Amino acid sequence: MGCVESMNYEIVMRGATFKESREYIREHFRENFDVQPGFKVFEVHLIGIPPIAIGLDGDVVIFPYTKPCHGTFLLRVEDKEEAARLRALKK
Amino acid sequence: MVTDETTPMGTTALLVLGCPQVPVQTSIALYLINRLKKAGITPVVAGNKAANTLLVVADTDRYYLGEVMDLDRAVALIAEKKRDFDLCFVFIHNDAGVSYAGTMGAISGAALFAVVYGEHYDELVQAIDFPCTKVAAKAVHNPLPLKKALDEVHPWAA
Repeated sequence: MGCVESMNYEIVMRGATFKESREYIREHFRENFDVQPGFKVFEVHLIGIPPIAIGLDGDVVIFPYTKPCHGTFLLRVEDKEEAARLRALKK
Repeated sequence: MVTDETTPMGTTALLVLGCPQVPVQTSIALYLINRLKKAGITPVVAGNKAANTLLVVADTDRYYLGEVMDLDRAVALIAEKKRDFDLCFVFIHNDAGVSYAGTMGAISGAALFAVVYGEHYDELVQAIDFPCTKVAAKAVHNPLPLKKALDEVHPWAA
């Protein structure tokens, strides 16, 4: 998964469509917000049909990660600094 | 194997390849590259390692291929406004392909073409709800239905 491989991530969901992944974030994470494709999270440019939903849960960031052969994964990464950065952008 | 020419001249086209598990992709990509080049358009290919390697090995002497780049890098360059193209063709045979097309539609100023194929091409066409020209056919092993659909749109004349 490129540089994502170096992260300590957990897979929240796999095998769903991008749109199903977006709905999952909106339904399961009270703190969520939309960004446009190309937005960077953890140095990764997000892929998806706009808008792309990102979830926050304390210090945890939940975001979609798409690869051509494997589809969209929802990843969960705990990172205090990135969560704070995203929370600040949201305001 | 992967090259990077940063200053192509004239009209440019980006071909965003999907997962190469459906055989027609490589064939149609080479066909489209040839048609674009004959029309004076510079094609650039962006795909994952497998998709790019299928093309590079098939066209060892680069009769058709020009610049070939990693897909993640292409997305980064376009998203960061360091590079863009006049035309963009996204090859789609799964949900990820639709996501890449939606991404290109959002980050690039290129005229967007969704090249949709595979067993479930009609469901994928339905999932594309953003502005683009759809070129679609039920093509898995035989590229001719997709070639015909492409010829009818003749995007190289754009």
